[in-house]
Amino acid sequence: MAMVDEPLYPIAVLIDELKNDDIQLRLNSIRRLSTIARALGEERTRKELIPFLSENNDDDDEVLLAMAEELGVFIPYVGGVEHAHVLLPPLETLCTVEETCVRDKAVESLCRIGSQMRESDLVDWYIPLVKRLAAGEWFTARVSACGLFHIAYPSAPDILKTELRSIYTQLCQDDMPMVRRSAASNLGKFAATVEPAHLKTDIMSIFEDLTQDDQDSVRLLAVEGCAALGKLLEPQDCVAHILPVIVNFSQDKSWRVRYMVANQLYELCEAVGPEPTRMDLVPAYVRLLRDNEAEVRIAAAGKVTKFCRILNPELAIQHILPCVKELSSDSSQHVRSALASVIMGMAPVLGKDATIEQLLPIFLSLLKDEFPDVRLNIISKLDQVNQVIGIDLLSQSLLPAIVELAEDRHWRVRLAIIEYIPLLASQLGVGFFDDKLGALCMQWLQDKVYSIRDAAANNLKRLAEEFGPEWAMQHIIPQVLEMINNPHYLYRMTILRAISLLAPVMGSEITCSRLLPVVINASKDRVPNIKFNVAKVLQSLIPIVDQSMVEKTIRPCLVELTEDPDVDVRFFATQAIQSIDHVMMSS
Amino acid sequence: MNGGDEGAESAAQASPPQPLEWKFSQVFGERTAGEEVQEVDIISAIEFDKTGDHLATGDRGGRVVLFERTDTKDHGGSRRDLERMDYSTSRHPEFRYKTEFQSHEPEFDYLKSLEIEEKINKIRWCQTANGALFLLSTNDKTIKFWKVQEKKVKKIADMNVDPSKAVGNGNVASSSNNVSPKPYLANGGSPSKEVYAHAHDYHINSISNNSDGETFISADDLRINLWNLEISNQSFNIVDVKPANMEDLTEVITSAEFHPTHCNMLAYSSSKGSIRLIDLRQSALCDSHAILFEEQEAPGSRSFFTEIIASISDIKFAKDGRHILSRDYMTLKLWDINMDSGPVATFQVHEYLRPKLCDLYENDSIFDKFECCLSGDGLRVATGSYSNLFRVFGCAPGSTEATTLEASKNPMRRQVQTPSRPSRSLSSITRVVRRVDTNGNSFDFTTKLLHLAWHPTENSIACAAANSLYMYYA
Repeated sequence: MAMVDEPLYPIAVLIDELKNDDIQLRLNSIRRLSTIARALGEERTRKELIPFLSENNDDDDEVLLAMAEELGVFIPYVGGVEHAHVLLPPLETLCTVEETCVRDKAVESLCRIGSQMRESDLVDWYIPLVKRLAAGEWFTARVSACGLFHIAYPSAPDILKTELRSIYTQLCQDDMPMVRRSAASNLGKFAATVEPAHLKTDIMSIFEDLTQDDQDSVRLLAVEGCAALGKLLEPQDCVAHILPVIVNFSQDKSWRVRYMVANQLYELCEAVGPEPTRMDLVPAYVRLLRDNEAEVRIAAAGKVTKFCRILNPELAIQHILPCVKELSSDSSQHVRSALASVIMGMAPVLGKDATIEQLLPIFLSLLKDEFPDVRLNIISKLDQVNQVIGIDLLSQSLLPAIVELAEDRHWRVRLAIIEYIPLLASQLGVGFFDDKLGALCMQWLQDKVYSIRDAAANNLKRLAEEFGPEWAMQHIIPQVLEMINNPHYLYRMTILRAISLLAPVMGSEITCSRLLPVVINASKDRVPNIKFNVAKVLQSLIPIVDQSMVEKTIRPCLVELTEDPDVDVRFFATQAIQSIDHVMMSS
Repeated sequence: MNGGDEGAESAAQASPPQPLEWKFSQVFGERTAGEEVQEVDIISAIEFDKTGDHLATGDRGGRVVLFERTDTKDHGGSRRDLERMDYSTSRHPEFRYKTEFQSHEPEFDYLKSLEIEEKINKIRWCQTANGALFLLSTNDKTIKFWKVQEKKVKKIADMNVDPSKAVGNGNVASSSNNVSPKPYLANGGSPSKEVYAHAHDYHINSISNNSDGETFISADDLRINLWNLEISNQSFNIVDVKPANMEDLTEVITSAEFHPTHCNMLAYSSSKGSIRLIDLRQSALCDSHAILFEEQEAPGSRSFFTEIIASISDIKFAKDGRHILSRDYMTLKLWDINMDSGPVATFQVHEYLRPKLCDLYENDSIFDKFECCLSGDGLRVATGSYSNLFRVFGCAPGSTEATTLEASKNPMRRQVQTPSRPSRSLSSITRVVRRVDTNGNSFDFTTKLLHLAWHPTENSIACAAANSLYMYYA
């Protein structure tokens, strides 16, 4: 190595490390590519580094991926935009590798470089590259080619434009489904760059071919194309060409295609405009809501609110609401669950009367659903319906549902409902909460499952924040402090946890007068786990209470704990004392 | 079902093709006299790729061995030196050892206290890209996706193996004496690209690629799952025949395969002798089949063995996608997917064993799972049998072709009169059954030819006899 000339040294290291058997070293040197390029200077980067990288295409996918990414931002290191074309050869090779993520990254980098290149360079270098890839022997090259047309096309002269369009047409008819899929998913981007005259002829015929592909996976992607193309076309063309395709797709033999339509319906409606939506897409949507495949109904049910928003209330009540009624007693719990998560959003669309008359019964029946997820989904969106029908009507049916969920045998369900309690509290107001839910919140502190007890402690903190310390002083603190005498140490520990969470909300005065004595008392517990948790809680109380209180009460207690027979207790007590000292030093 | 194939079929109807004259081509891993077969070396899967340029075998030791065709010229630049070698200009496919790798290792499932064998149950080739080969291999529980790529070796190997010796007669079981002399190697040692695990409660019996090039299925006794090749952590259950109460179980899935061109169709066979064709478009969960293919049993012929021998061990779609070949214990059946009333043709493979079903049941041979295959042109079918025999039938209308061949260097020797090997070499296998049938032919139930594959474009068959891979052509 000493023989090597000084300026050659960085590249020598790079080449050395690129040949290293250790993939990590190779990766590191690829990640340092820009540093090395700077060291080499622009000219040598162009003449030595880039050609070297072009040959180094036989590496692990991970290294190739890193290389594809680095090269995308390499224009400054090769001497700016006028030299950008030197970056194309290595990326072209990366566009042909077998690993999908490497190819995707290479295409992304090529697009980034291409969008900065000068028009003449695009014609001289970029377009030939796209053509080479599109004629590649392996499908991998052709898959990559599809993603580059939208960059190459705009700057091409007319004659080349014609050629590019015909190449794209060929790609859409490729033998390999992978290529057709890539062509289908990139069609929207490409179409956006094509002149309107050709859009209606060439692109639409390509699109029609794709919509009739016999591979489901290709037609699936064509569904997305509908929305993209629809936005590019004049409204009347859109109605003439895109709308029939959407209606056809909504009756496709393959449930996966119909599922895509159901999922994309909102975007499709936006593309065709409100009038045709009312005329043609409402029947299509109703069919999807009544599809015999549950997956399709799930997707359709999840869009019901979004769809209703673009309709007028009469249409929604007349056509959609009956379907919603059916779905609320669907045989698939997942359909009901999807419906429950959006149905609340329909209330503002339908208005108060229709909501009370039609939606409320559905909503109440979902609230009594045997499947907890359905009930939870309703409760989680409570705020939306509250605005329309008011809490009084709701609360009668709501409470039994909440109580049932609160006692569900699956702890994850209990956990989910606890997380909604602060939301419910803010919606229902203090009065309602005190009567009905207060007891539940205390009950959770003594749950068998740790996660529930922990969530319950957190819940108390959030309630205290919601209703203020004064309310908490009356309705939470006494009950909580009472439980410190529970015979089971795990429950006592939960109380300590609740105290440490509540203290910052309650403020210094209440902490000193009510909470601190309880904690100090607990330091005499017979269980070491409680004692070291006392030490931890005391440490967390230090910033809340006054300095004098710390010295007078907390420190003596901690000192006592440092002499505990248990090693963990001593450890945490010592840590807490150190923390007191630290606070004193800094103040 | 393209026009060309139909043309060929109608031409065939005019006059059935002449029976083929089968000749020995090659053998890999041939045993010398008296050599004991190692259990781990026994071949358990054979598969040609779509072009027929490559052949893969899997064995009970979890290894996958790849062979490449040597007699075609269009191998591309990297194989230029191959062409310089003096190869015979024979027109039948010839293969050479390419590489091998350890696909599966024995494992232990601690949760279920179950040993998981490393034995390769099935191999399927995937779409080739950039000259790299891709294949799926599976044992009872885990499917793995492999990429085999020729890589430049940074240091040229200093050993100087005479290339001509390495060709044609390599030992499947050992790799050391078969180092590729060319300046590249396959990345057999590197970890597999994807591992699709923990999706099967029962033993996987089949895997099959979809024509869309991005998905595949895996089937176990009770369920069929659908995977995306690039996503190894989730799969979708598309068929579930598990009854709510396992005591009600009467039927299990024995084999499953995708249609060769229609991405939405797949067929699976059952232990009751039925084949179900399902359409994935209809529903996400395809428990209710689209078409049921089943043969009504003749009334009165029912016996204790009826159901056991009706169990289908393998199904294969013909290349045209219109026919399905199925193998049960006694017969090969060819079905037309447009006709669900019964098979279009039935070929007797083991009819002579009917009087011996009791013995076969006692030594468990009746549960042997013979595979079947079709020729690329769909005019012939083949399947294995005992005593290392396999049978080829003409299935074109009017054809009476029915050939029995032996997996040995002299395939037309047909029935073996004397044991080819001393029986002490079978000491590892507990029950040795050797019976002489009424014609004086002996059948050795321990030497069974379960696995075989037909070259996709040529009349060439690869079959496995214990640890040896025999290749024949016509």
